Amino acid sequence: MIQIKDLTKQYGAVRAIDNLNMTVEPGSIFGFLGPNGSGKTTTLRILTGLAKPTAGSAHVAGVNVSQDAHNLPAHIGYLPEEPTFYSCMTPRESLEYIGRLHGLPSSERIARIKELLMLVGLTEAGKRRIGGFSRGMRQRLGLATALVHRPQVLLLDEPVSALDPAGRKAVLELIEQLSGQCTILMSTHILADVERVCNVVGIISRGRIIVQSPREELLNSYVQPIFELDSADIPAIQRLAELLKKQTWIASVNIEGQTARIAVNNVAQARAELLAAAMAQHIVLRRYEEMRPSLEDVFLKLVETGSVQ
Amino acid sequence: MNFLHVFYKEMTEQWRTYRLLIVVAVMVVFGLASPLLAKLTPELLKSIPDLPPGLADAIPVPTLSDAVAQYVKNMSQFGILLALLVSMGSVAQERERGTAAIMLTHPVSRLNFILSKFFALAVTFTISLGMAALGCWYYTLLLFKAMPWGAFLALNGLMLLVFLVYVAVSVLCSTLANSQGVAAGLAFGALVVIAGVSSLPRIGEYFPGQLFGWGAALLLGGANTAWPAFWVSIGLIIIALWGAWQVLNRQEL
Repeated sequence: MIQIKDLTKQYGAVRAIDNLNMTVEPGSIFGFLGPNGSGKTTTLRILTGLAKPTAGSAHVAGVNVSQDAHNLPAHIGYLPEEPTFYSCMTPRESLEYIGRLHGLPSSERIARIKELLMLVGLTEAGKRRIGGFSRGMRQRLGLATALVHRPQVLLLDEPVSALDPAGRKAVLELIEQLSGQCTILMSTHILADVERVCNVVGIISRGRIIVQSPREELLNSYVQPIFELDSADIPAIQRLAELLKKQTWIASVNIEGQTARIAVNNVAQARAELLAAAMAQHIVLRRYEEMRPSLEDVFLKLVETGSVQ
Repeated sequence: MNFLHVFYKEMTEQWRTYRLLIVVAVMVVFGLASPLLAKLTPELLKSIPDLPPGLADAIPVPTLSDAVAQYVKNMSQFGILLALLVSMGSVAQERERGTAAIMLTHPVSRLNFILSKFFALAVTFTISLGMAALGCWYYTLLLFKAMPWGAFLALNGLMLLVFLVYVAVSVLCSTLANSQGVAAGLAFGALVVIAGVSSLPRIGEYFPGQLFGWGAALLLGGANTAWPAFWVSIGLIIIALWGAWQVLNRQEL
């Protein structure tokens, strides 16, 4: 649904995007992850036709974004990071205007506006001027305007960054509901959101995709298993750490306060021997846990090393 | 078809942000004040105490041509100023706020984006000048005598054309600028350049300012025409709008 090939964007001496290659399959929710300034927003702006690439090509729903940008609006819905609207209009009028631009018939338009206002929780504020809206309300309205014409591709730039926890939960659930109805490319730096809703993850750093993979595959491939031990007996924990560092199945041991964080090379061996080693040191444990690998660990590891897959 | 939707949105904005009302109010005030000032200024001068003997008699009796001259003078100054002030933020403001980026990801062509702004402003100035002209005509009738409708209409039509030149140039400046402040600077710069070139002998005959004189002559019976300035004005509007479209086409939002 989205194909990006050797895409480059140069601003003077700065290369915002550097030979980016990426594919987003139809129906997927693609989490576009990267630190600030890594090129996420620039990529999205190129995909919407608002910016032009210096080199390379990008296709969205079969439309070449450089050559046929005028054909893009029918296929895409775009939510920028800080959506703004005509402050003298109401949400209902804004959606009505967008619906008319997309040529929705009157009856369909009315039903769609009602449905969308309910979906983003703005039914009560539907007749209020947008000028007095909070950033969170504008972001929800932005999502509604991006969805008016049922686009094939939804491009979301930090869609929940301005929302409170309840708003964030609601919008993420909404994005989950859209799974299968349209293809979603969602840029964010909030890893928990990606872990929650995205089924494919692409990590971008310095304008390059350093990894693109289904979320579970990514977690399984890139995360070193971690075990954590908690004890009030800090000297005993330190003794254990010294012993463990000599084992070949141990990658590293870090002690933070009363917690030892142990990265292992061999999970099976760790499961069999780690607890026994602690018992041998007569440590009274408060907690022993095999940690679930998180996307944060993958992200930090890949962005720090900048390794390209 | 989408042009009509965007144009309607622009007109709604003109109305709700009070831009239309402000332009109407200012123009109507100057429309009404012009014949009034022409009539009262000599009276006020005569009422100055201790006026040297004979001077009061030397002050001419106001006539219809004074009223017309005052109207043309007021409109040529304040109408142009209003055209710049109201139009200079039209594109720059939308780009600065980010609404342009959102709207242009929907089916709004960049040409329609520019044209809808120009035509909405054109309607605003047509309504405003129309109401100012009505007020001026009525007060002139009360204070002097009736002006011939056809010639008065032609005068206002020519003045409207001059305002639209400045609206189009301001829209171009607004498209070129990356902020409203820069747009204002560029628009006033353009005003100074046009005024400067218009004052040059020979070349000045081709510039929009000549249309005020032509309009006044039509009303007062002079033989002056300014067809070159008329066609150049239309040309300037087309070139400015085409330029704004081309600039916006090349811009990244």
